[in-house]
Amino acid sequence: MAIKSKKAIKISQKHLLGIQDLSVNDVNIILNEASKFIELNKSKNKKLDILKGKTQINLFFEPSTRTQSSFELAGKRLGADVMSMNITNSAIKKGETLIDTAMTLNAMHPDIIVIRHQDSGACNLLSQKVNCAVLNAGDGRREHPTQALLDALTIINRRKKIEGLKIAICGDILHSRVARSNIYLLNMLGAEVNIVAPTNLMPNEIERFGVNIFSDMKKGVKDCDIVMMLRLQNERMTSSFLSSNREYYEYYGLTPDKIKFAKEDALIMHPGPMNRGIEIDTNLADDINKSVIKEQVELGVAVRMACLKIFCE
Amino acid sequence: MKKKYFINANIIDPYNSLNETGGLIIDENGKIEGVGKKVNTNNIPSREKVIDLKGKHIFPGLVDMRVFVGEPGFEYKENFRTLSEAALSGGVTSVVTMPNTNPVIDNVSIVDFLRRRGRDKSKINIFPTAALTINTEGENMTEFGLLQGKGIIGFTDGIKTIQNPRIMNRIMNSASDLNSLIIQHAEDAELSKDGMINDGIIATKLGLQGIPVSAELLILERDLTLLEYNNCRYHISQISSASSIEIIRERKSKVNFSCGVSINNLSLNENDIGDFKTFLKLSPPLRTEDDRNALVQGLVDETIDVIVSDHKPEDEENKRLTFAQAETGASGIETLLPLSLELYHNGSVKLETIIKALTSSPAKILKINKGNLSIGNDADFCIVDINKPWVVRKEKLISKSKNTPIEDKKLQGKVMNTFVNGEELFKAE
Repeated sequence: MAIKSKKAIKISQKHLLGIQDLSVNDVNIILNEASKFIELNKSKNKKLDILKGKTQINLFFEPSTRTQSSFELAGKRLGADVMSMNITNSAIKKGETLIDTAMTLNAMHPDIIVIRHQDSGACNLLSQKVNCAVLNAGDGRREHPTQALLDALTIINRRKKIEGLKIAICGDILHSRVARSNIYLLNMLGAEVNIVAPTNLMPNEIERFGVNIFSDMKKGVKDCDIVMMLRLQNERMTSSFLSSNREYYEYYGLTPDKIKFAKEDALIMHPGPMNRGIEIDTNLADDINKSVIKEQVELGVAVRMACLKIFCE
Repeated sequence: MKKKYFINANIIDPYNSLNETGGLIIDENGKIEGVGKKVNTNNIPSREKVIDLKGKHIFPGLVDMRVFVGEPGFEYKENFRTLSEAALSGGVTSVVTMPNTNPVIDNVSIVDFLRRRGRDKSKINIFPTAALTINTEGENMTEFGLLQGKGIIGFTDGIKTIQNPRIMNRIMNSASDLNSLIIQHAEDAELSKDGMINDGIIATKLGLQGIPVSAELLILERDLTLLEYNNCRYHISQISSASSIEIIRERKSKVNFSCGVSINNLSLNENDIGDFKTFLKLSPPLRTEDDRNALVQGLVDETIDVIVSDHKPEDEENKRLTFAQAETGASGIETLLPLSLELYHNGSVKLETIIKALTSSPAKILKINKGNLSIGNDADFCIVDINKPWVVRKEKLISKSKNTPIEDKKLQGKVMNTFVNGEELFKAE
């Protein structure tokens, strides 16, 4: 692995709320730590006791399969006591506010809270009210830092470095926290980032983040080392962001004829869950020579283990 | 009531083009008997007690055209008593209240209740508006004529905009027949749907749904076009962008109307929202620094007629939420004048222009005999030390709700005393 940690070994933040708050050094600490867990996760005995006696609460206000299970597994492999709150049965459904929920949980002395919430900034609000570390597992459209970190780790695993790579992020940028976190992180690590989306799904003034914007996908992926696809949410069709799935696929789906414009050895990424035949051709998604989608999931556990370990300390 | 004599004050009364050092005499009935440089120790009987203001300023009592009071329905946010205490501490002696209460002020019987409460509990002059449409639903017009007869000063859906151009056209026709004042909050509901802050870099960064400037422009263009055909008394409640200023500047040469701005939009920009400060979730939203500068310029050249506090008290429970869930609006009546004075201290706007936008201009639009120091008028005025520094502290606010957008801000200029009908109702500690 070519991740160098030159400077301090301590993270600058108490919470992991977003990539925006992290320094390059912070990122290197996390990625370094995560890379150590990759082998462990492939071995027979996966259990450590680094977080023995620590309590981790997963607070998921939005349905999630992979992120929640990934965080749960990560905590358990490190020996923490992991509790996942089922929001549908909880007091929140009865009208309790986020702050009151935070106070209640805080009284139980957790060491770490992992939160996913449909509102941007929910993790920031929670972090102001609890004594333990808060890890953001996705807040509204704002950030999904562990996803960006696992994407970075996946890229480094394959390409040894991020600096100098040309990376296209394609799809529903407007509603995507994954896109925002990735833009911050990839920029920070020295990549050139292209954003590809129909104008209706492009956030205002996104170019001020230091990215190139394209509404023509072929131009956007041209000569890219990595093509990162985003999930298109079906409800976007009903509100006239787009006309139809088939037209979207035609213009913005990753198809064999569009991937040709990228570099020959370009890698395909997707944070999941995928809509096959809408944003990505099903054969491309499964192409073992190009697609690293499964590897993203695998390294996700390692990244979350690293985050839990670092922020629990 | 005993006669009162003040001398050595810097008196600014834009209505009477008065800007001079002099005195003020209040008669036994609380009316203004004398004002200006001719009032000095030489012509005041020596037996009388004279108050030397030593260069402090006297302004007419402020007229705030956009104030939300919680009565009826939201008394826990603000009632008439707490509102008037808060207003007095900010030198405000007349307020125009918004109809977005529960129930909505949209019929004659509720106005009777409002008038009684306002009269019994309030120490300041309350000028209530009623809704333009029943329950502010934007469909059926309220009884402008009958409501005016009960003392309603103007008509607005407050936080809402008449979206339907056909209804707006008819409202203007009726208002023209009945000489009613229409106050529009200019925001297209479709373009601003689910929006929380200005649609720009900050919205993109924070992941919040944006409100584009076009949402405001569309309503301005529409209403000002309709106004060319049905000229009624029309006032735009608040504007927020540089493009709005351009439209208004251009249209003012064609039709008669007036326009306001919130002190928040004159003083703050979208960057102040920082890390999800819900107290800065406002409508219209705070926009860019360029927009703010254009608004200040609009005030200087009088494209903008009035400054309002847009005082919208919200309790902690409605603000200690995620940004999406938090209520819109900020408390501001207490800091309206001191925050406006910032524009004078930093050299952007002349003091007289600011005071005009806070006193005689709103009074003229409302057609009320307030906001001036004319002989024989009710002695509503405030004494202000325009240089006195102080810091806004949440716990020191008088309003029942503490949702100030400028917590811990250093201000220069403090209201020392406020008088209504010649009676001192507020005195600074």
